[in-house]
Amino acid sequence: MKQTYRIEVDCANCALKMEDAAKKVEGVLDATVSFMTQKMKVEFAQDADAGKVMETVRKACKKVESDCEVYID
Amino acid sequence: MTKKQKKVLFRIILSAVLMAALYFVPVTGYARFGLYLIPYLIIGGDILKKAVAGIVHGEVFDENFLMAVATAGAMLLGLYHESRGVEGEFSEGVAVMLFYQIGELFQAVAVGKSRKNIAALMDIRPDYANLEGEDGQLVRVDPEDVEPGSLIVVRPGERIPIDGVVVQGVSTLDTSALTGESVPGQAGEGQEVVSGCVNLTGVLKIRTTKEFGESTVSRILDLVENSSMKKARTENFITKFARYYTPAVCFGALALAVCPPVAGLILGRTSDWTVWVIRALTFLVISCPCALVISIPLSFFGGIGGASSRGILVKGSNYLEALAKTKYVVFDKTGTLTKGVFQVTDVHPSEGFQNGLGEQEAKRLLLEYAACAESYSTHPISRSLLEAWGREIGPERVTDAEEISGHGVCALVDRVKVAAGNEKLMKKIGLECPEVPENGTVVHVAVDGGYAGYILISDVIKEQSGEAVRRLKAAGVAKTVMLTGDSSRVAEHVAQTLGIDQVKSGLLPGDKVEAVEELLAEKGAGETLVFVGDGINDAPVLSRADIGVAMGALGSDAAIEAADVVLMDDNPEKLVLAVRISKKCMRIVYENIVFALAVKALCLVLGAVGLANMWAAVFADVGVMMLAVLNAVRCLRVKSLG
Repeated sequence: MKQTYRIEVDCANCALKMEDAAKKVEGVLDATVSFMTQKMKVEFAQDADAGKVMETVRKACKKVESDCEVYID
Repeated sequence: MTKKQKKVLFRIILSAVLMAALYFVPVTGYARFGLYLIPYLIIGGDILKKAVAGIVHGEVFDENFLMAVATAGAMLLGLYHESRGVEGEFSEGVAVMLFYQIGELFQAVAVGKSRKNIAALMDIRPDYANLEGEDGQLVRVDPEDVEPGSLIVVRPGERIPIDGVVVQGVSTLDTSALTGESVPGQAGEGQEVVSGCVNLTGVLKIRTTKEFGESTVSRILDLVENSSMKKARTENFITKFARYYTPAVCFGALALAVCPPVAGLILGRTSDWTVWVIRALTFLVISCPCALVISIPLSFFGGIGGASSRGILVKGSNYLEALAKTKYVVFDKTGTLTKGVFQVTDVHPSEGFQNGLGEQEAKRLLLEYAACAESYSTHPISRSLLEAWGREIGPERVTDAEEISGHGVCALVDRVKVAAGNEKLMKKIGLECPEVPENGTVVHVAVDGGYAGYILISDVIKEQSGEAVRRLKAAGVAKTVMLTGDSSRVAEHVAQTLGIDQVKSGLLPGDKVEAVEELLAEKGAGETLVFVGDGINDAPVLSRADIGVAMGALGSDAAIEAADVVLMDDNPEKLVLAVRISKKCMRIVYENIVFALAVKALCLVLGAVGLANMWAAVFADVGVMMLAVLNAVRCLRVKSLG
């Protein structure tokens, strides 16, 4: 399952860091962050609960880039 | 500017003013350090905080860390000098932080602005729909809430929000938002209209056929938004490069700070270690890869945005990159190079068929049989036969119709066996047919088991096709190939007219994939093979080619799905424009890579030997980034073919 989320990030390098962080979260098969469109696309593992996984992704992103925001709705 | 950016600007101005003031304050000793610490913390506080947080989270070697170490190092060095009774230099650390912040701010504003520009370029999203209720009243609703089958009203000046069929009204439509061409289209009762077009003259009442999410406009927006997720090789290279480059420079800096003084000690010479520490710190300032990391994705984004404003949708930066290396262009003939509009140009009943009928009557009858037999087929050739016949054909007249792919049609017309198709079909049913010397598609007709004659149908070559082929050659394409299911004579004629290098004719739909595979095996590594088709029946070929280009895809979902590049209108010259845009974009990308790396390398060398100080380093870093960003923005501007 793939899902796109709106994000807020200030610099391209930070977007790369977020992408790396999101990829490492359990339940995430793949993640791409587009700095240009300010969007994050996440591919979830089959039995993953997207809501819960995204909470972890958000925390992981905050950790590497305190200024960023991931909107989960 | 956002609130955050305004805050940074305020901090920049405040610390700059403080620094300027401190220049005139006659304080010496440790008090000076204390005073300089104020602007330093104002401007660099958040960076220091982030650097510490980074180390805590195991994210060392990011740009915050580099800047923090470099500037804090410079401040401490000043303090060390001060403790030795020499006047310390504190302005440097503050200034480096200041310039770094100015650079970051500039980048954020410039990128944010071009991001918005590009987004606006692609903004064809309709804001509302006028839904007609049962009592005839109009309600303004969100397009997302309109169910398929609803009636909506689009007034002049409004954008059609959802795909549908016109039930009332006549108007002209501006399709430029979709195709990039300002040729207005007509819409009248019974006609299908696609969302994203602007209604120009009359009021249209439309019955929607799709949900908003499935409508053309949503699909296009989706596609463009997702395009920057597919990263080009160059982009990935930069990401990887940044991952190794920064640590490498950090260790280089460490070596620079430690090795020469230690070597000096061993050789018994006393050297001033502070000199080497300053050089090492200068190294750190230069090491930020920002210019590359920011400008490369921006270039691709600009290129994709610029292309989409011309009705060329590129589905990813990787395709834009590959498009720039186009060496082979394979065209489908029908609908791509030709208009795909077939017209019956001649009817030739055989002598045997004319027997006792007279020529005129025989012609009429031959056309009638052929048209009836083909009446179930949707092939363009069948349509043109029906058009030439021009009368209604009752469905009860035609039975047992069977379409044989790549051959033709067999059917019973008024209980008489009729076969209409190409030479292969005639051979298949065991009939000899004459060689036909004319250029065009020939439909041979057999009636009641005997050869009855042929009908000549010609396709019209698009006006822009010849120019498109010529311009592709000029743009560096090595070979152009045309694939077609038509007979070799027609194909050769078209190819010669257009100046195409190679023709593969008489292909069944399945053969086209094989033909493309042969060409793929023939081409060298790093060369791109582009297949251009009209998106009808060629999805397998579109996906097999390095880059599949679907043409005239306005409203065709299958084509938008299968292709890597979508040309919204059916002008083959758009392909030339797409190649040009990709080449320009890649040129800018390489310019930025070479320029940024060259300046950094130069500064590293100059810094190592002590010719460039920290001021020069920060200018190099921020300056290169600004120039690279400005260069990247050029991708957005697309010159017309002229």
